[in-house]
This record gives sequence, structure tokens and C-alpha cells, in this order.
Amino acid sequence: MTQTAEQTRNITLTQALNEAMREEMRRDERVFIMGEDIQSGVYGASAGLAQEFGYERVRDCPLSENAFMGAAVGAAAVGMRPIVESAFCFMWVAMDSLVSQASKMRYMFGGQVDLPIVYRASLYYGGSMAAHHSDRSYPLFMHIPGFKVVFASNSYDGKGLMKTAIRDNDPVLFCEDRTILGARGEVPEDDYAIPLGVADVKREGTDVTIVAIGGMVPRALEAADTLAQEGISAEVLDPRTLVPLDRQAILDSVAKTGRLVTVDMAHKTCSAASEIAAIVAMEGFWSLQAPVQRLGTANVHIPFSTALEPLCYPTAETIADAARATLE
Amino acid sequence: MLEDKTLLMEMLRRMVRIRLFEERVIQLVERGEIVGAAHSYIGEEAVAVGACMALRDDDWMTGNHRSHGHPIAKGGDVNKAMAELLGKATGLCKGKGGSMHLADFSVGILGESGILGSSIPTAVGAALGSVLQGNDRVAVPFFGDGASNEGAFHESINLAAIWKLPVVFLCENNQYAVSSSFKKMVASENISDRSAAYNIPGVLVDGQDCIAMYEAVSAAVARARAGEGPSLIEGRTYRYYDHSLGLGRIVRTAYREDEEVELWKQRDPINIHKERLLSQGMATQKEIDAIDAETQRQIDDATEFARQSPYPEPEALFEDMFADPIPLE
Ligand SMILES: Cc1ncc(C[n+]2csc(CCOP(=O)(O)OP(=O)(O)O)c2C)c(N)n1
Ligand SMILES: [Mg+2]
Repeated sequence: MTQTAEQTRNITLTQALNEAMREEMRRDERVFIMGEDIQSGVYGASAGLAQEFGYERVRDCPLSENAFMGAAVGAAAVGMRPIVESAFCFMWVAMDSLVSQASKMRYMFGGQVDLPIVYRASLYYGGSMAAHHSDRSYPLFMHIPGFKVVFASNSYDGKGLMKTAIRDNDPVLFCEDRTILGARGEVPEDDYAIPLGVADVKREGTDVTIVAIGGMVPRALEAADTLAQEGISAEVLDPRTLVPLDRQAILDSVAKTGRLVTVDMAHKTCSAASEIAAIVAMEGFWSLQAPVQRLGTANVHIPFSTALEPLCYPTAETIADAARATLE
Repeated sequence: MLEDKTLLMEMLRRMVRIRLFEERVIQLVERGEIVGAAHSYIGEEAVAVGACMALRDDDWMTGNHRSHGHPIAKGGDVNKAMAELLGKATGLCKGKGGSMHLADFSVGILGESGILGSSIPTAVGAALGSVLQGNDRVAVPFFGDGASNEGAFHESINLAAIWKLPVVFLCENNQYAVSSSFKKMVASENISDRSAAYNIPGVLVDGQDCIAMYEAVSAAVARARAGEGPSLIEGRTYRYYDHSLGLGRIVRTAYREDEEVELWKQRDPINIHKERLLSQGMATQKEIDAIDAETQRQIDDATEFARQSPYPEPEALFEDMFADPIPLE
């Protein structure tokens, strides 16, 4: 980042997403937003949009996710650019629209249609919300061809990636991690967009690469601080978008460090971390000096009790342990 | 006129139990002893109690995110419910479910769903089980006005109707889904009107009147047991508190008028029931006071039980995923 302090503002990721949507709605009147209880929102990412753009373009929906997430497909097919606000765990009831229609239409119909849709998926976890509200299965959307998958870990990335997602002509799953939405970061005054498929090195290092996603990025950075005190230099790389995935950046980093820890908050099995580990095992094998360490959430549903839930997720400590293990 | 004193007093007891349980929950949320989301059922007690008193112990039900009241209405254990809310190993779900999932299978509750509408098909399946097993157990899915807009509701009600399954679809219309009025979100005037599309009876009931709820559900249950198929009952009610206690920080612009809230509080289901018992000479003030006092003790005991109970051990994390455990990491 080349911005100086004068040109930037310190805002939360939520505010950054709000700005991106607001600016894109001003720029392009085809952009509109649908969701539940968004007109009355005061603090969320959609705050104030209804006041500025009116209830036609900021639409409160009944609790009919399959209908309105599917309606986004139809509206996009005829030239609108919908943004749909929801939570990851509420998308289960709309999987048919998302998978059978949004992900397949362009390909199945031989490329006849653009589907510029942003599905905004809040991820709640770590807050005693129990199994129904704590799902983080975004790697499913990597598995299903046809979705782009974006996962911003700070305000700057959030704003730049949201703008690109809105301007993109394909369905984008935009993950909004509630554990980091309130974190502040510098965002430039001027218009900017971040291309999909470009990873970002959040901290440079030489001994071990930690690839971390979304809310795992701050935990990986904390682990890197701890490791630095022990003389271990960890590089923290944030893919920022999982589809498309910046394989080269990951491979380059591993070529430099020779060691890899992959971390995400999805369940371990078939996680984004698993996919990254597989890529490095296949294409970066000769750079590796130690087995890859893959961290993720335990393969159980998220329990309510505060005595159990924290045991599920990777922490700065477990990330640091995994990094140490690659150096043994 | 319903003159069964035992029944009427039990209705009161269960409504008061829910009210005092929920008041305690509010205190525990404020003190940080209950974490996560907690959705208060205060104001809606007559719906669950009237409906559940019309059921047998072996009838089935499913609930939703706002279902602290239902296990109590169905006669479940208050200690275990409170322990669950505190995430304790002695809770109904061993601390794994919490506020939105207070399932008590021992009293026929097949689970509460935090995902809206998601447990309605489950209830339909339980009713299918009754038919296949040749018994007359009825299933009652409870769901909100908001959830009645989910596809799961419409698919379920049609399925139950064509197969004439013993289901009583029970919509607790507290008139809002978070901040959205059902008047804006439901195309028909009443949710009960939707029954017409499925060719089954639909009844709009005063959800603040426990006896009215009891009578309407009793009629639907009788129909269901007789093999005549499902019914849709809409209990028109009101929640006194905002959508969620734990999520108070999600501030929204006012979505309902204070006067409206006050007006509904004047029609408090417990007061209505108490006044009726008194005016009809069915109970004395002393008997009513005794129920209040006895229930308060019960809730205090439940709180104490929950507080003293142990948290689950770390090993519990991997337990109960499969019938026969498999290695999990
Ligand atoms: C499928 C799904 N969509 C959205 C939500 C978020 N949500 C939880 S409760 C609620 C409102 C439910 O309203 P209603 O069904 O009327 O029940 P009430 O809360 O009024 O009792 C919403 C939108 C959810 N839990 N599940
Ligand atoms: Mg409601």
C-alpha cells in the first residue's frame, strides 16, 4: 500500500463495505440490494442505503431466501446488478437457486448470459450461536463451479474487493466474517478496486509461509509476532479471493520459505486450507522442507457451550504451534 | 365454557412458569451468564400453553429460535432447560444446543430450529410416522409469521394436505419478523387464509386467550386423530421485547410504535387468564398467588441447579456426531 496518512481514513470493515456499495449504487443505477430487515438497519453494512437510494433499490424481503436469491438470478439475467444481503447459514434454504441457477446458467446455456450478482454472506462463529448459526462452509462454493469466492480480511481489501465484485459479471459469494467486521483499517479517499485473484502478503518472512483466510488472518499475524520473538520469521499470505485463487503467489512464497501452514475457519475436511495444501503438494513439492500443516475447524458442528466452542477453531497459539512443527 | 379446574389451573401454572423463566433469562443475559442470542417469549405464553394443553404427552412438536416456552408448555424439565441456556453438561442438549435449540425429546419435542421453517417438514414426517405406525399421535410444528413465507412451510402444508397427515400447523403470529411487519410481508390478510390454497381448515385465534387457543387446537387435533388431515391455526399474538435479547446492539430504526406495544401489554395473556378464573369463581386470589410463589421458587431452584452444574468436558466436543463413534479430527 502506497497511501500516506493524509489520504486515508480509519474505518471498520463494515463501513468499508457500506462505502463500496454506496459508491457503486451512485455510479450505476442497475445496482440494487435485497435482503431481510435492511431498510431499518442503522449500523450494519447496509446502513443508510435505503435513506439515500429509496425502498425500490433497497428492498426488504420476506423470509423467502430461495425466492429472493433466485430472483437475483432472473434480475441479473435481464440486465440488473443485484446485491443480496444474507448470512451463510441462511443460504442453505436457497441452495437450489444458488446452485441450480446462479452457478450453472452461464455455462449450461452456452455463455448466453451474464449474471452480475453479489451474494453477501455473513459468517457468524465464535459467539455462542450454536450449530444452526455458525456455519462457515464457504469452501462448498469453491467446490461448485461457477461462483467466484471473495473473503476480505481488512477494510482496505473489503472496499476494493466489494467494488470489483459488484462490477464483475459473474455470481460472487462475498464472505463477511463477523469476527473482524468491526476491526478498523486505513482506506484511501480515492476510488480504487482490487482485482480478483491477487493475493496479498500481510507480513513478509523467510522461514515459514502461513496462508490464512478472513478472520484467520489477524490470528496468523498474532502468531507471526509470537514466532518472531523466538527468531522464526513467518510470512503471512492472504489469498483474498479463493476463486480465482492466486496459486502463483502461494507457490512463490513457499519457494522462498520451504514450509507451509494453511489455516481457515471452515471444517478441516475439504476446506480451502485443504485445497491450498493439495496445490502446494502437487506443484510446490520440491520446495517443501517439511510436511504441510493444515489447520481448520474440528469436524463437528459448532456447540453452544462456551466450554466447547473455543476448542473448535484455530487460534494464534495453534497456528504458532503448527509453524513450529514445520521447523522441527 | 371450559370448567375443568385442574386444566385451567395447569394452564396458569405453565404460563406463569414460562413468564418467570423468561424474566430470569433476561436477568441472566444482562449479567452475562447467558451468552449468544436469546429470543424472549414474553407476551406469547398463551399460544404455546393453549396448544400444548390440547396435546397428549406422546404427541410431537417442533419449535423455532423463540422456543424457551415450548418445552415448558409441553411439560418439560425446567432445570435442564435452564442448564442448557448456561451451556452446562446437565442441560437438555448437554450444552450443545443452547437457547435456540432447547429440544426435549422426553416430552415429544423433536427439536427447535434456528433456521426458519426448517423444522416444519420434520413435524410432517413425524405425522407420517404416526400413519405408518398405525397410531394417532399428532404433530404440531410451531413457527412464526416470518417463517410462514419460507418454501418449507408451503411445501410441507401441501404434502400434509394431500396425504391427510395428522399435523396442526401452528403459526405464532407476533406480527413482526425482526423489524418487518407481516402486513407488508404476507400477501393475504391473515396467515390462516393461506389454508384455502391447500384445501384445509384455517383458523385465526386470539393468541392472548389461552382457552381460545386450547379450544381451536383441540378441534384441529380431533380432526387430525380422526384421519381427516391437517389444519392451519394462526395465533395472533405479540412479543413484548425486541427480536433478540442478546443482539440488542444491532440497533434499528423504530419499527413499531410504543403505543402499539402498550396496547398489547394491556391484553396480557396471564392477566386475562387470571381475571377470568377469578371472575368465574374458578379460583381464589390465594390459589393464584400460591401458583406465582411456587413457580418463583421453581425458577430459583432451576437457576441454582444450572449455576451449580458442571460445564461439559473437552472430550464432549467429539461426542454425539454419529451413533457409533468414528475417528474425527
Ligand atoms: C432461513 C433463515 N432466514 C433468516 C433467519 C434470521 N432470522 C432469525 S429469526 C428471524 C425473524 C423470524 O420471524 P418470525 O418467523 O415471525 O418469528 P419471531 O422471531 O417473530 O418469533 C430472522 C429473519 C433465520 N434464522 N433463518
Ligand atoms: Mg414473528
